[in-house]
Amino acid sequence: MRDGAERMEQMDALRALHAARRADDVVITSMGAARDWMVLGAGPLDLPLVPSSMGTAPTIGLGLALAQPARRVIVVNGDGAMLMNLGSLVTITAAAPANLILILADNGVYEVTDAQPTPGSPGARADGTSVDFEAIARACGFRSVFHFRDAERWATDVVRVLDATGPTFVLLDVGSVPGSTGPRSPGPAAARAVELRRQLSAAAKLPGPTHP
Amino acid sequence: MFTGDEMAALCTAMGVTHVVSVADSTIGPWHPAIERTDGLRLVRVCREGEAWAVAAGLYLGGATPLVMIQCTGLFESGDALRNILHDWKLPIFSVIGYRSYLNQTTLPGDTCLVFTEPVLDAWRIEYRLITAPAQRDEILAHYMACRDASKPGAALIAEGKA
Ligand SMILES: Cc1ncc(C[n+]2csc(CCOP(=O)(O)OP(=O)(O)O)c2C)c(N)n1
Repeated sequence: MRDGAERMEQMDALRALHAARRADDVVITSMGAARDWMVLGAGPLDLPLVPSSMGTAPTIGLGLALAQPARRVIVVNGDGAMLMNLGSLVTITAAAPANLILILADNGVYEVTDAQPTPGSPGARADGTSVDFEAIARACGFRSVFHFRDAERWATDVVRVLDATGPTFVLLDVGSVPGSTGPRSPGPAAARAVELRRQLSAAAKLPGPTHP
Repeated sequence: MFTGDEMAALCTAMGVTHVVSVADSTIGPWHPAIERTDGLRLVRVCREGEAWAVAAGLYLGGATPLVMIQCTGLFESGDALRNILHDWKLPIFSVIGYRSYLNQTTLPGDTCLVFTEPVLDAWRIEYRLITAPAQRDEILAHYMACRDASKPGAALIAEGKA
């Protein structure tokens, strides 16, 4: 997240993803992304991670990707949550599931708690630089790494990006929306978990495509 | 207390598909046997808080994960464990190494002995303390009981040196 640089609206970015995802993909979203994803409409295999433990979305995605190798698992994470569990990038590339796509919606702030700057963004760093998540992802060994600054390019490329051989890391520079609130739970977590496991277990028994 | 082959056989008897783990000097030597056992996959995580999340994803995806960590890792797992075991109510079973329980020669006065069991109680994880090899079947019985009741549980395995 570079201060003053061009940023796409998170809602536009998610709208492009929403249009490009397949019905058999699992999409896990956290914090502001979960809020916006539920506005766009979460599918039956999606996991808006509310309530959550901050930082766990990528590794929940890793577990799902390992258990369900024949489907794509897409995680949309915030930069605050990513920084809280940076080692998960190494955990993911150690296991290296080809079907995992980690999208980082980098707005530079903890948006849902009133937009305080994260330690990775220029506003909170002594030298005013920003942490380079793209370089971090490459250094950790993601097989495919992408960085998008504007919504049109992202919308044009999203299908190709989702089809790349994973583990895939996608950095999206997004703006934050002042005054926005946190996500609300769409229903009792335990019942949603039971239902998701039931759906995925049932679907796993069907012959399906195997992703690279 | 147990060899790697014994732990791998136990995992197989439990129906475990993935062991999610960080090593210590007791658990680490089990890893090679787990890795070479058909039907078992070892998933190495960087910190134990991640182990619960990986296990959660595996469980939601239809697999049968086991978290295998030292009690120090239990201490650092708090928020992830709270969310996964209690908010989402996922019945994840764990094997937790109880550091210094059998001897304190490497770490005299190890505070793991003070905090491990109260922390397990605080997190409402029903555990069985395993201090002798003869209790191996107790682990399996506790696992089966937890699985049938769809609730989390742990085997707390006494360790020697840190
Ligand atoms: C362990 C922990 N520490 C602090 C919080 C408080 N908190 C809730 S949301 C949030 C910010 C999330 O930021 P980010 O992941 O970047 O998502 P965004 O809000 O920008 O969408 C924080 C700090 C928390 N929920 N958990």
